[in-house]
Amino acid sequence: MYGNAYIEPNEASKTHSVLADEDPKLLAEFEARIERGEKIEPKDWMPKEYRKQLIRMIEQHGHSEIIGALPEGTWITRAPGFKRKLALMAKVQDEVGHAQLLYSAAETLGKSREAMINDLITGKSKYSNVFNYPAFTWADACVIAWLIDAGAIINQVANAKGSYGPYCRALDRICTEESFHLKYGHDNVVTLATGTPIQRQMVQEALNRWWPPIMHFFGPSDKISSHTEILMKWKVKMATNDDMRQQFLNMYVPKIWDLGLTVPDTNLKKNETTGKWEYTEPDWDEFKRVINGGGPCNAERLAVRRNAEERGRWVREALKSGQTAYVVPFA
Amino acid sequence: MIESLDPRINRASISVDNNIEPLGTLDQWETYEVFHQKKRGDQHMHVGIVHAANPEMALAFAKEQFGRRGLTANIWVVNTRNVFASTYEDADIFETTTDKIYREAGGYKVMDKINQYKKSQKA
Ligand SMILES: [Fe+2]
Ligand SMILES: [Fe+2]
Repeated sequence: MYGNAYIEPNEASKTHSVLADEDPKLLAEFEARIERGEKIEPKDWMPKEYRKQLIRMIEQHGHSEIIGALPEGTWITRAPGFKRKLALMAKVQDEVGHAQLLYSAAETLGKSREAMINDLITGKSKYSNVFNYPAFTWADACVIAWLIDAGAIINQVANAKGSYGPYCRALDRICTEESFHLKYGHDNVVTLATGTPIQRQMVQEALNRWWPPIMHFFGPSDKISSHTEILMKWKVKMATNDDMRQQFLNMYVPKIWDLGLTVPDTNLKKNETTGKWEYTEPDWDEFKRVINGGGPCNAERLAVRRNAEERGRWVREALKSGQTAYVVPFA
Repeated sequence: MIESLDPRINRASISVDNNIEPLGTLDQWETYEVFHQKKRGDQHMHVGIVHAANPEMALAFAKEQFGRRGLTANIWVVNTRNVFASTYEDADIFETTTDKIYREAGGYKVMDKINQYKKSQKA
């Protein structure tokens, strides 16, 4: 799973001044290559802003995989039945593996893995907002596996066609594994929705809780997020937040309704003339509050992560040999 | 603030103010390039990297990371430091390759010559 990479809500757009000191000839060549659909590789020339935004985005994506595994991981012991425990363990392992692939891709841009982990555990880096909410019941874990992973897939399939080679290759591998997560999550939700009245109620309540975070998932509305233009031109971002949200609604609202479940937004409907979904505007102040650390679980997620780093430290130290030297990976 | 649902917080009592020393250089060790072979007889293909303290550990991580889906017959790991590579900047060193048509089977049009010869014999 993964959340859309958020542009720092507090950072003003300085793209134009940042581009001012780039060599215009190199910049033009770089943009022409992207225009032709060529992939940019680690040692190629790239504008500083391209490198910076990619590091931010891939790193956030990696952190989201790691932090996303925390609420799901706590459900392994309580997942109903041995088969679901096995499947959830496999999913959690996949998510942590995704983080490894993504950190590796970000590393090729010159930020070390240690620096990324440090920025995560000190709260400097962001990760997907959805993981700052609690998974109260088994049904919450099912809704996450189905709909959050569904949102992630929409984002990842789009970004896999982006311009940075190592990120695209990591995403191709990730997308293959995500298809299992989606099927697994759907199967669990269907089991509850077609089960006893108590099971149906449980899954409906989980959906009600998760709907606002799901609507936040793709990031702020294009109306209030204005920095995406150059990122789309450079194929760092492949679709706008609103376009991805529309695609998600189009694919999944009918599947939710199919199960006789309701979506807790009375304004939600497809406008048959425009082909677009209409919905209540998500609360973007809440989004900003949570991403800046004010959500119900931000503090404990990072505390759990710090604890894991600290407890593993002696093992990592013990295994170090004297003759090592770091080299940035090739691809 | 809600009461935590995470047993690491509510049972193992991890404090949310557990500030730690930042990770130092090489805390995550070096990187190894991973080459994966699907089945015997296939080529090994580069699939990515792992961080590891030694080659044995790199192999174990590579198995988890790149061998947990589909088929795997064999995996190689190579320390990134030991890879000597050409650069895209110097890609022009390969440029003349496509001009060297005499290296290709398609560079030899024997049938044209044979047909011409046959025609001349008939005349
Ligand atoms: Fe996933
Ligand atoms: Fe994932």
